[in-house]
Amino acid sequence: MSAEKKFYLPEGLPTPRPARTGIDKEFWEATRRHELVVQQCNSCKTCQWGPELICHKCHSFDLGWRKVSGKGRLYSWVRCWNPVHPALKDACPYLVAVVELPDADNVRMVGNLLGDPMQNPPFDSAVEAVFEDHPEATLVQWRVAG
Amino acid sequence: MNEYTVKDRVAIIGVGETTYYKRGQAPVPEFRLACEAIIKAADDAGIDVRDIDGISGYADDRNEASRLATALGLKHLGFAGMVWGGGGGGGSGAVGNAAAAVNAGYSKYCVVFRALAQGQFGRFGQAPVTNHVSGTAAYTAPYGLYVPAQWVALRTRRFMHQYGINQEPLAAVAMADYYHAQFNPRAVMYGRPLTREQYDKSRWIVEPFHLYDCCMENDGSAALILTTADRAKDARKKPAYIMAAAQGSNYRHNATVENSFDYASSNFKTLAPRLFEMAGIEPKDVDCAQIYEHFSGAVMISLVEHGFCKPEEVMEFVTFENITAPKGKLPINTSGGNIAECYMHGLELVNEAVRQVRGDSTCQVPDAKIALVASGPMVSPVSDLIVHSK
Repeated sequence: MSAEKKFYLPEGLPTPRPARTGIDKEFWEATRRHELVVQQCNSCKTCQWGPELICHKCHSFDLGWRKVSGKGRLYSWVRCWNPVHPALKDACPYLVAVVELPDADNVRMVGNLLGDPMQNPPFDSAVEAVFEDHPEATLVQWRVAG
Repeated sequence: MNEYTVKDRVAIIGVGETTYYKRGQAPVPEFRLACEAIIKAADDAGIDVRDIDGISGYADDRNEASRLATALGLKHLGFAGMVWGGGGGGGSGAVGNAAAAVNAGYSKYCVVFRALAQGQFGRFGQAPVTNHVSGTAAYTAPYGLYVPAQWVALRTRRFMHQYGINQEPLAAVAMADYYHAQFNPRAVMYGRPLTREQYDKSRWIVEPFHLYDCCMENDGSAALILTTADRAKDARKKPAYIMAAAQGSNYRHNATVENSFDYASSNFKTLAPRLFEMAGIEPKDVDCAQIYEHFSGAVMISLVEHGFCKPEEVMEFVTFENITAPKGKLPINTSGGNIAECYMHGLELVNEAVRQVRGDSTCQVPDAKIALVASGPMVSPVSDLIVHSK
């Protein structure tokens, strides 16, 4: 990312904080280490996202984490033109992407699609995770794999 | 007759609404709007409002049933129920709950209502401002994914990609809503026709949604009264009999962070077959449909999931000519709906379906006998209703 633009979106959007249940503490610790993890059932090995307190497949409460490659598939994306938050007043347009992770049972994650906001990447393009370090948390962004 | 059905056992005998206002412009508090709409619906039904003994709501309505019962001096309250979930998904479901309550004998006259005053309370289309976020929103809000327009657009674009659909069906829905609103003096956009040029030139909210593809944000209230088919014979106006009601959700539809099992779906796939089975009819038998349009794109997917056309046929079926009254193959949103009549979380669509089958719509479909309502595409639960005249 260029020096002028430290983050894809301006500061002022809320910072993620692990849930009080502790359900996703490991996820946010992993992004700090620039690792991407997905919740995985220790019993039947099914991945699920977002994190839940029970495995939807086998109903085990014994849930862990699976480290994934960060390589994904651009399932859908949109160009946002309306500043829905005051911090976005001068940030439009920006791109929001939904990415499928083939190495985690195709669970989907959301992030921004880095680069030119006027790009029109084909659906199902290969994308890869990019870690964006903020003072209190690290976000997972995506860019078209080149 | 199937023992487990509300079909033809319950009827909607009255509808009412306040003046519909632009967002923040209601001159009175939300609770008063609710009272006014309920009184108007009772008057339309020809009953004393004090004879209402059931209150059915949805979308976490702020106007609590016991306060309404107290304020309106109801003789007693026999049923108070709410459909889970925010947004418009519970509109038809609240009618279904009311029908079940009437059929079970919990309530003789049950009101369904919705009231909104976004000036008094918060807006739907803007994010709350906080320093930190946790839980599901932690995976979306920091990326500027906040409001329904955005996640409905994400799903709509995937659907458009899968079936080779362009902007035309979306434009057709917006244009049809505005066209119908020009006949409806209740509509906020009455006297404000929309040209295709205005549509094309209007700003993007989030692609593929122009400004006019999005519902309005409004203040007001709408209400309707249900009772048994027997009591309905004494109603002031022609009853609209419940033909079928259903609510529900697809497999893991509400999986968070955009993980719905079937992503590019309006969430009606498992519900619509149950609806038509209860009604004992097929999609081709429906004379007009009121399809919840928070955003135009969800309407075309809802039409597909109710069997009105195949996904490969959207471009041919969802045209202005086909979806406008009086001559279209399937007129939809004949009051102007959420886009051009009023965003009353879709309850205005239920009132319009009733008006169509009793023959007093402002945009009447000739000889309309069967009207379908689809509430709240893409949220969970969603709900459906079919009413008919006998």
